[in-house]
Amino acid sequence: MFVAATLAILITMALALTRALLGPTIYDRVLAVNAFGTKTVLLIAVLGFLTGRPDFLDISLVYALINFIGTIAVLKFLKFGDLGTPGSENSEADD
Amino acid sequence: MARQEGGRVIEILVDIVLLSFLAVMAVGILRLRNLFAVVMLSGIYSLISAGLFVTMDAVDVAFTEAAVGGGISTVLMLATLALTTDKEKEPLANLQIWPLLAVFITGAALIYGTLDMPSFGDPQAPIHLHVADRYVAEGPGATGVPNIVTAVLASYRSYDTMGELTVIFTAGIGVMLLLGAGSRRRKD
Repeated sequence: MFVAATLAILITMALALTRALLGPTIYDRVLAVNAFGTKTVLLIAVLGFLTGRPDFLDISLVYALINFIGTIAVLKFLKFGDLGTPGSENSEADD
Repeated sequence: MARQEGGRVIEILVDIVLLSFLAVMAVGILRLRNLFAVVMLSGIYSLISAGLFVTMDAVDVAFTEAAVGGGISTVLMLATLALTTDKEKEPLANLQIWPLLAVFITGAALIYGTLDMPSFGDPQAPIHLHVADRYVAEGPGATGVPNIVTAVLASYRSYDTMGELTVIFTAGIGVMLLLGAGSRRRKD
């Protein structure tokens, strides 16, 4: 069961990787990185159960958090072209 | 027991697949000229190597790689792109033979250097024969910290850890000053 899940995750990782390499637009790449981060979380979780150490689950949770913050930073950069600007004030000024 | 064997085989398979992903990513990073895409690819590179560290049981290293390589580095690289440009210049020459040769010789020397190292997980490796037994046996009693890793980091190596924290704190202040100064200038 876990073996099949691991193989499926590896295949989807390869698919996300292809999109990140080829991806014509920037959004394809951002989405590919986000998807790949999710796949890493899943892979670590499944590997933990596969090798009989389910405590790896905590680590995959931390990865999920990092992935989330990273994606938000990337999207903020794309919208404002800068990471130092306070978002709420500027979005009103821009619109 | 059979399940354990199957787990080993799958672990080796995962290692091979992740390592080939790393190679593909490295070539992609070299070939792309759009630096934003390169930052995205290097984020994936960090995530892959963090996954590899987890399969090698180096969970703390994997934590650091995911937080620093996948999280902070990506954000810092994006901030750099915001201050500079996201298009790389075309390389000057097509193929430079001497740098390539130097890289291959250095890589061969590094691989030759690893041949003398003890094999992965060897209990007779020098690092397991020195003071590790004493830390495991006396650590909890001598320091009063139940977790051995914490006992070593926060008690036996506390001065070292304090120095590391000072370095990280200084670096953090530097980055905040740089980012903050950039935004203030833009408002004027």
